[in-house]
Amino acid sequence: MSPSSSAKSMTIGESGLAVVFTVTAFLCVIASAKALDAPFAFHAALGAAASVATVFVILNRYFGRPAELPPQEINGRPNYNFGPIKFASVMAMVWGIAGFTVGLLIASQLAWPALNFDLPWTSFGRLRPLHTSAVIFAFGGNVLLATSFYVVQKTCRARLAGELAPWFVVVGYNFFIVIAGTGYLLGVTQGKEYAEPEWYSDLWLTIVWVTYLLVFLVTVIKRKEPHIFVANWFYLAFIVTIAVLHLGNNPALPVSFFGSKSYIAWGGVQDAMFQWWYGHNAVGFFLTAGFLAIMYYFIPKRAERPIYSYRLSIIHFWALIFLYIWAGPHHLHYTALPDWTQTLGMTFSIMLWMPSWGGMINGLMTLSGAWDKLRTDPVLRMLVVSVAFYGMSTFEGPMMSIKVVNSLSHYTDWTIGHVHSGALGWVGFVSFGALYCLVPWLWDRRLYSLKLVNWHFWVATLGIVLYISAMWVSGILQGLMWRAYTSLGFLEYSFIETVEAMHPFYIIRAAGGALFLIGSLIMAYNLWMTVRAGEAEVQSPVALQPAE
Amino acid sequence: MSFWTRHQIFEKNSIILIAGILVVIAIGGLVEITPLFYLKSTIEVVDGVRPYTPLELAGRNIYVREGCYLCHSQMIRPLRDEVERYGHFSLAAESMYDHPFQWGSKRTGPDLARVGAKYSDDWHVTHLTNPRAIVPQSVMPGYPFLAKTEVDTAGIADHLKTLRIVGVPYSEDQIANAAADMKAQAEPDNTGVDAFTKRYPKAVVRNFDGKTGAPSEMDALIAYLQMLGTLVDFKIYNEKANLR
Repeated sequence: MSPSSSAKSMTIGESGLAVVFTVTAFLCVIASAKALDAPFAFHAALGAAASVATVFVILNRYFGRPAELPPQEINGRPNYNFGPIKFASVMAMVWGIAGFTVGLLIASQLAWPALNFDLPWTSFGRLRPLHTSAVIFAFGGNVLLATSFYVVQKTCRARLAGELAPWFVVVGYNFFIVIAGTGYLLGVTQGKEYAEPEWYSDLWLTIVWVTYLLVFLVTVIKRKEPHIFVANWFYLAFIVTIAVLHLGNNPALPVSFFGSKSYIAWGGVQDAMFQWWYGHNAVGFFLTAGFLAIMYYFIPKRAERPIYSYRLSIIHFWALIFLYIWAGPHHLHYTALPDWTQTLGMTFSIMLWMPSWGGMINGLMTLSGAWDKLRTDPVLRMLVVSVAFYGMSTFEGPMMSIKVVNSLSHYTDWTIGHVHSGALGWVGFVSFGALYCLVPWLWDRRLYSLKLVNWHFWVATLGIVLYISAMWVSGILQGLMWRAYTSLGFLEYSFIETVEAMHPFYIIRAAGGALFLIGSLIMAYNLWMTVRAGEAEVQSPVALQPAE
Repeated sequence: MSFWTRHQIFEKNSIILIAGILVVIAIGGLVEITPLFYLKSTIEVVDGVRPYTPLELAGRNIYVREGCYLCHSQMIRPLRDEVERYGHFSLAAESMYDHPFQWGSKRTGPDLARVGAKYSDDWHVTHLTNPRAIVPQSVMPGYPFLAKTEVDTAGIADHLKTLRIVGVPYSEDQIANAAADMKAQAEPDNTGVDAFTKRYPKAVVRNFDGKTGAPSEMDALIAYLQMLGTLVDFKIYNEKANLR
């Protein structure tokens, strides 16, 4: 190493962020002191503490680093930035286990209501948003952050844009999760499903998300490959559309800038339509487009086969993002929303079946000539089964969006079962598969145990089967009981009789959830051992050149 | 030049790709959402629908805070069994002042769109404190802490003010007297009751939680539950009025 030629100085990012967070710390202290309610005071104090910690870390990092910033390339090969990806991967595992545990708790509360403990912060109504946000936004979100930052670097053959910016994105996003999650427990909520965080969390998320978009986009712009890889289209659509949805659904006016409560600008029917335009596309773009990007990178990589059809992926991409946006009104069938809107929502939901299965076929057929690997590689099996679950739930969804079917299924557990076949089977398994690939790659290790992956796969699959079949039965049963008439023309069942009938299925569902949680604990142990004790991946003596 | 070659413009230019994405995702939302702000059926005005009283609003905020909407819908569909079980199907106008809407998506418990005046206040107090004391098979959590917590009256005027900015037609008079109105609605002997009923005609004044003293969160929540679905008188409701 030759001695540094230039004197060490702070980058604009370092000094700028240090100043911004110093100011933020002061503002948070003032907000905490003047707060109108305890949760807001707590969150402002958290903000102050986090800001001070950030300034400290930035300065500490500056004094500890060499004068030169990390180079973009070393010996002509990209100098990939894996730090933020490692952080997001670990957080994904942590939040996953937390989210599954809360899910198991609230499933048990429905079977045994004494588990609500009659306390505000342990009742179902506050824990349920904690569960959904922890699994969707915390677990799923961190998986998306980790994989997108990995895939965009590898497929663009470029180092991630910015030095502090990627860290700001992953740490800032997880701070948002902490604020949102603790808020739910303290009763801070907007009361809109999957968009519960209050105005100040929403503002913070907006800042983080725009930075995310910039980091991703700038990395794509400085790519060394002429083409943008398919997975990056899906990531880009996911990031851009989530930003649009978040802004459209959350324009809220706080009652005071020193209090947590706000009122949303939209009301009644308009709010309902905005909410489910957002809600269904949180499924479509967060839980589908983002994870399809994972499918398009990790399955070909793991199977060592090219994507089945490039042309199919072009059609898949545009058709999927165009059709998904229309599907929201199927959450509002037979409500006060105008009929034409409901019919549009239903029509587009049915059409959506086609690109969904196009994508599934593209993922599955990528295994052409490599099907034998399903027998020997449980990680690939997990990825492939996730795509099969994707196919199943994207058939079930359009079916449930048909108005007559929906008149039975809506408001029942069938919806919950449908969501979980997608969430556990598709999003869960594709995330697990990706993490099983990613952790060994990031830490340059060999996966600790394939046998444990196999155990995880079977335990979790059994859990999913128990979960979704229990919910099918309970949902259809309850829907039928609600509309059952006696021969004299009276409603046959009181509401509470239909609640009572759900009890055995709620126990089976909780058992399924417990199995799924056990599977994730096996996974956490396996990944922990991979990082701690796993042997380094054997490097081939001659560096392989990429085929050009 | 084939379609597949033309598509390369998106594959090779990230800004064009983003622009393409934005255009494609904008269409569906614009077509489905924009008309809802001017179509007659979604902005219909129905006799009887009024903004929430301060006490009801505080109760509604508790309903939101505790996540009641996660198990109870407030949207009766025009299906035979629902209309018989819960009452007249819900109208758009009945939630026009709801920020946010609370139609819900799941019925772990029954629909609440017309639960108002169905049960006594006593029933609600007992049921909210311990649901299984009244309905043994119920899986609802108990909310005994509501009766022990005073509801915040001082700040409520700011809530009305905020709601007025987002479109709820509260008058100056209603905002200025919000705190007093809140107390008056829960105390039938309060001197402010007459002024309150003048500001909110037909609103119910009762000691909802059955206890003396400052209104509790129990008062507020029950005041809200007891008015749900009671604003429109369906004996005189003209369903043709809003047909196009």
